[in-house]
Amino acid sequence: MSMTGTIKPSPSSDLQNFVESRSGQKVLRCYQCGKCSAGCPASYVMDMGPRQIMRAIQLGLREKALESSTIWLCISCQTCSARCPNEIDIARVMESLRWLAAAEKSEPAEKDIALFHQLFLTLIKRSGRVHELSLGALYNLLGRHPFANMKRLPGMLARGKLSVLPPRVKGVDEIRSLFAKVKAMEKEHQKREVE
Amino acid sequence: MRPDNYAYYPGCTLHSTAKEYDVSARLVCHKLGIKLQELENWTCCGASSAHTTSELLSIALPARELQAAEEMGLPLAVACAMCFSRLKHSAFELADKEKLDLVNELLGKEFHNTTEVVHLLKVLYEERDAMTVSRPLSSLKIACYYGCLLVRPQEIVDLDDVEDPQIMDQLMERLGAVTVDWGFKTECCGASLPLTKPEMVLKLSHRILSQAKQAGADCVAVACPMCHNNLDAYQKDMKRKYSDKFELPVLYFTQLAGLALGFSPKQLLLDKHFTSPLPMLRDKGLADAGIAIKYNLRLYSLQVEEIGIAEVRHG
Repeated sequence: MSMTGTIKPSPSSDLQNFVESRSGQKVLRCYQCGKCSAGCPASYVMDMGPRQIMRAIQLGLREKALESSTIWLCISCQTCSARCPNEIDIARVMESLRWLAAAEKSEPAEKDIALFHQLFLTLIKRSGRVHELSLGALYNLLGRHPFANMKRLPGMLARGKLSVLPPRVKGVDEIRSLFAKVKAMEKEHQKREVE
Repeated sequence: MRPDNYAYYPGCTLHSTAKEYDVSARLVCHKLGIKLQELENWTCCGASSAHTTSELLSIALPARELQAAEEMGLPLAVACAMCFSRLKHSAFELADKEKLDLVNELLGKEFHNTTEVVHLLKVLYEERDAMTVSRPLSSLKIACYYGCLLVRPQEIVDLDDVEDPQIMDQLMERLGAVTVDWGFKTECCGASLPLTKPEMVLKLSHRILSQAKQAGADCVAVACPMCHNNLDAYQKDMKRKYSDKFELPVLYFTQLAGLALGFSPKQLLLDKHFTSPLPMLRDKGLADAGIAIKYNLRLYSLQVEEIGIAEVRHG
């Protein structure tokens, strides 16, 4: 007679599968001790603490996790990852949730932060390096808060800390083609995942 | 034998908001006989934005720089903690042959992932016994602040302890300073959030500065341009918001090393900070009375020429 009493784990959710395959972290190892939330410097502004995000993934609460402000407010300081008693790299889990949210959600929970990252990359693509003055200007215009962060501008200029013209780098074409190839590759990958 | 020849990746901020870090690093290295050869046509490492958006991009962008250093056959010295972290992460991920092949296809180059990435803090730390200190920092109490990216995660960056790192403290002590014991060495300052969440940066950075002050520090030493900006440029706002009575100068560890090695505050661009360290340095006998904060709108290259390190820049 074969062993019949084996307990089968309940089927894991899509969300858990995605996170585990992209982050390489075992989500079920989290036993909810809360050390991550206790040490997180940003948890005071998050709608769910890192511990709650881990629980949401375990329970397959896809929308709750992807629509949380938490995944955008995570600064990637990795305090949680360094302190987790089960050695889960929680910052990496947050990162993988951001990738999924960026691909799936038209409205990220923290629009300004998402816009900032998007503009940052656009500038790299355009000139190879980030020109801080352009980044600030574009962020203020497109984020519709034209007068944000102006307080330090005169001081920065007076100290010669901001160059007016964007940097010029040879080989920008190389960077542009790198961005294009990455984009094409990721599209291909997504298509395969859907099929 | 330690190498005395490095490929050098300054990163975007060291050419703009953190030029005093770049200049002081080059001066100090020049004095110690360490040759920094800036990578030609380097581009941005992708910083926090690439790994927030695309895994592949976050590996490929730093790999481009790693490849350039490999071609030069030199270890790659990095000053910015964010760049250091991204370059280290990329090299770590590329140990996976499949990813390396993919990146080679993307870059159209043959890269073997052999580049050793080192942070300048480690370079100077290893060099500490060979330093000739002409102006000991003996009157100075320093809170060494490492921030998060420099030390975490240990298995990837492998620089020092993740909660209580020591190498900056030991370097500063070697230069004659007293370092304070405090609990916020690796707490986060808010990193890349000043544009998007300024009130968070204010709160987090204020906590760090108050702790340093409470521990009795005269100044804070940093090794990251983001930490410097967050801790230095917002102190007026903090005073207003938290009714603080103190100001605490924040200096790059390379500027402090430069002072000890005999460079003048002007050469080290110590007049570029929002919270001026000059009154404090004068009090401690580390700066001449004549130096005043001077603003100018001239371009970076002119400033570099003026302080006489044009030849240093070009190795």
